[in-house]
Amino acid sequence: MAQVMMKDLNKKYDEVHAVKDVNLHIRDKEFIVLVGPSGCGKSTTLRMVAGLEEITSGEISIGERIVNDLPPKDRDIAMVFQNYALYPHMTVYDNMAFGLKMRKFPKAEIQTRVQEAAVLLGIQELLKRKPRQLSGGQRQRVAVGRAIVRHPQVFLFDEPLSNLDAKLRVQMRVELKRLHDRLETTAIYVTHDQVEAMTLGDRVVVMKDGWIQQVGEPLELYSRPANKFVAGFIGSPAMNFIDVTVADAGGLWADAPGFRVKVPPTHASRLGAYKGQRVTLGLRPEDLRPASGSDPAEYSFDAVVDVVEPLGSEILLDLRAGQNTMVARVEPSVRAKVHETLKLALTPDRARFFDTKTELAI
Amino acid sequence: MAMIQGSGWRKVAVFYAPLFAFIFGLLFPFYWMLVTTFRPDGELYRPWNRANTTPFWTTHPTLEHIRYLFTDTLFGTWLYNTMFISIVSTLISLFCGLLAGYALARLRFRLAGSLGTSIFITYLVPPTLLFIPLAEITRTFHLTDTPWALILTYPTFLIPFCTWLLMGYFKTIPKELEECARIDGASRVQAMVRIIFPIAMPGILSAGIFAFTLSWNEFIYALVFLSTTQQKTVPVGVVSELIRGDVFYWGPLMAGALLGSIPVAFVYAFFVEHYVAGLTGSVKG
Repeated sequence: MAQVMMKDLNKKYDEVHAVKDVNLHIRDKEFIVLVGPSGCGKSTTLRMVAGLEEITSGEISIGERIVNDLPPKDRDIAMVFQNYALYPHMTVYDNMAFGLKMRKFPKAEIQTRVQEAAVLLGIQELLKRKPRQLSGGQRQRVAVGRAIVRHPQVFLFDEPLSNLDAKLRVQMRVELKRLHDRLETTAIYVTHDQVEAMTLGDRVVVMKDGWIQQVGEPLELYSRPANKFVAGFIGSPAMNFIDVTVADAGGLWADAPGFRVKVPPTHASRLGAYKGQRVTLGLRPEDLRPASGSDPAEYSFDAVVDVVEPLGSEILLDLRAGQNTMVARVEPSVRAKVHETLKLALTPDRARFFDTKTELAI
Repeated sequence: MAMIQGSGWRKVAVFYAPLFAFIFGLLFPFYWMLVTTFRPDGELYRPWNRANTTPFWTTHPTLEHIRYLFTDTLFGTWLYNTMFISIVSTLISLFCGLLAGYALARLRFRLAGSLGTSIFITYLVPPTLLFIPLAEITRTFHLTDTPWALILTYPTFLIPFCTWLLMGYFKTIPKELEECARIDGASRVQAMVRIIFPIAMPGILSAGIFAFTLSWNEFIYALVFLSTTQQKTVPVGVVSELIRGDVFYWGPLMAGALLGSIPVAFVYAFFVEHYVAGLTGSVKG
């Protein structure tokens, strides 16, 4: 069991600066998820921890040891790859035993550990098969099994679920979470899927263009995103962004053509400096709802319904307010017709404002 | 034949007729070789227009030519020479090709790309030009007229060949397998030997078979570098000892060709499945 520290970590290929000044402290037994769009540097970061990529500058330590110059085999880590990387010429048993054999474990010990892992993952019946005789989900389990028999200090997962179909992915996600609770081993998990990131991670690291954008617990990222990118990346459907001008007319107002709401008191003091300037207002789809009589008029506005998407448990409404399009997630009982004008209310204290130039949260 | 549709005669015209013409064209020389091997001299040198001529089969099969080959020529020695030279030069080339192919496919180093291309270019230099400087070199090292003249020159075309074939094969093997092995506790060399080579076995076998065949059938270097009868290989021995001036000993010639083809045919027959997979297939996890 170990903590992982990354200090001023950089990775440069010939022309590309893939990872920029990454500083991250992963606590012992923590399940941390690196998430971001493709090319954001998350996989490169993971591969540097694994020792599969050289570090251009900076420092990585696992436990108390600095591992910069250690080969992968001496780092006491185990990794699960996106394409499973099972050795095709070996049986499932040999695949799982390979790491222990290389480390010269006694035969009896190897057998016990492989059996234990097989029972844990429900793959006892598959031990004699070759990887090509397994389904995608079974291969995934074997790959995970191969990692856990080693009892490593850190688990590394490189998009392990993205080759599975949607249903299996949800199932394996739950199993991975259960497994981590049971094994209590530090884990670093890379994915481009923000739902996986939110559901699995104790903490989530959002990356973009090689930079860390924000590190935090899933709900913290969701409710207090550090910048516009994190706000838009986390959450589905994505947060609505509306370019508004801060106007001073008996209190501060967020003003855009066809859209005008009062700046909530929680933000009024910070937005004072932006009087007359443009800022971006961020509203989560679930923070918009059809206005009722009790909703104050200054937090309501008119919008025209473009598309109605009934999902059963909820309805997604694609709306237009002046030039701005937005999505609202409303109760299934709401009856809305296309082209109908709807009065919408927002939840004032959940509105977010971003500096239009720097994109940082205000 | 799901791809061939339509009426019966059309199937014959577009599929069976060309197929059989092709097979006939390919196999007829071998058949001719076989018939001539067992045809007695009396039939061999009988004019075409004589009565009872049977050009496509023989009425009195004989083992005389094979007996002649083994008793009156050094054919046995030539077979041994050819086998020895082919096996050793194949092993040397396979070893070098494995390491070079792996390095070019996997390691990132400066000039990797241009090195790969230049190895390929050396393969394109025709032996009919290369034998002149190589003759000088073998003479300088006093290798002329020994098997080592061939064992050390055959790799000049076998290594580039093996390197390219294996490099292509290694590239089809997912990098993650090796990375996983290295995380699992293997060094790069261990990962190469315990994971990559077993998976690349079809590719290695096909490279080996081709290298073996190429050196078994090689003619020009063997002709130039070997001069005494005892040192010759089958292709050179048969041609130089059984064509005397303008006299062709057709029976022993064809018997020599037939017996010389058998080992190669055996090698192919044994490994055909692997080597087809090596040329066409990639690795499925």
